[in-house]
Amino acid sequence: MEILFDIVSWICLVAGSFFCLTGGIGLLRFPEFFSRIHAASITDTLGAGLIMIGLMFQAGWGLVLAKLILILLFSLIAGTTASHAMAKAALKSGLQPQVVGTMDSETGGAPSKS
Amino acid sequence: MFTITALVILVVMALALVRAFKGPTLYDRILAVNNFGTKTVLLVAVMGFLYGRPEFLDIAIVYVLINFISVIGILRFFEYAGKKNAEEEA
Repeated sequence: MEILFDIVSWICLVAGSFFCLTGGIGLLRFPEFFSRIHAASITDTLGAGLIMIGLMFQAGWGLVLAKLILILLFSLIAGTTASHAMAKAALKSGLQPQVVGTMDSETGGAPSKS
Repeated sequence: MFTITALVILVVMALALVRAFKGPTLYDRILAVNNFGTKTVLLVAVMGFLYGRPEFLDIAIVYVLINFISVIGILRFFEYAGKKNAEEEA
């Protein structure tokens, strides 16, 4: 039974860190701000969730498991709300998402102050 | 097992820092700092398990909440700064 927990937690940890890595790379390579939010919030919810589930299998029943569930719950709620607030604030301040066509990443979608 | 996860999280934190320095707009930087914060939470939790000290998880819980509040605070602060420039331009 113990071996099963170790294997499952190892798989979850590796998968979670893989998603964190892809999100991190996406944060760098995406052309403009609103696609970067997508990349970053993926890691917040999925990567963190998988890593936490991997740790939960290691923890077993008890207070540690309760704390891990709390962290998972808060990070899910906080991550998505913060991403939404960021997108709304960016839109309100005039940062238009790039809808069609190529975009050089220097301007990063900021409106040119012409 | 935990060391691999901790190393990968450190790499992702470095990537977030690169985006924070490179980010053209202000909101890229806020996004990178927020991402850096959530990765710190994960790193603290994994380190807690690596060294077998479960009380690290309390730090991780507090840090999730503080990170969220600070992002909302920064957005609230810069929301009015944006409007001020708009008024000057109009």
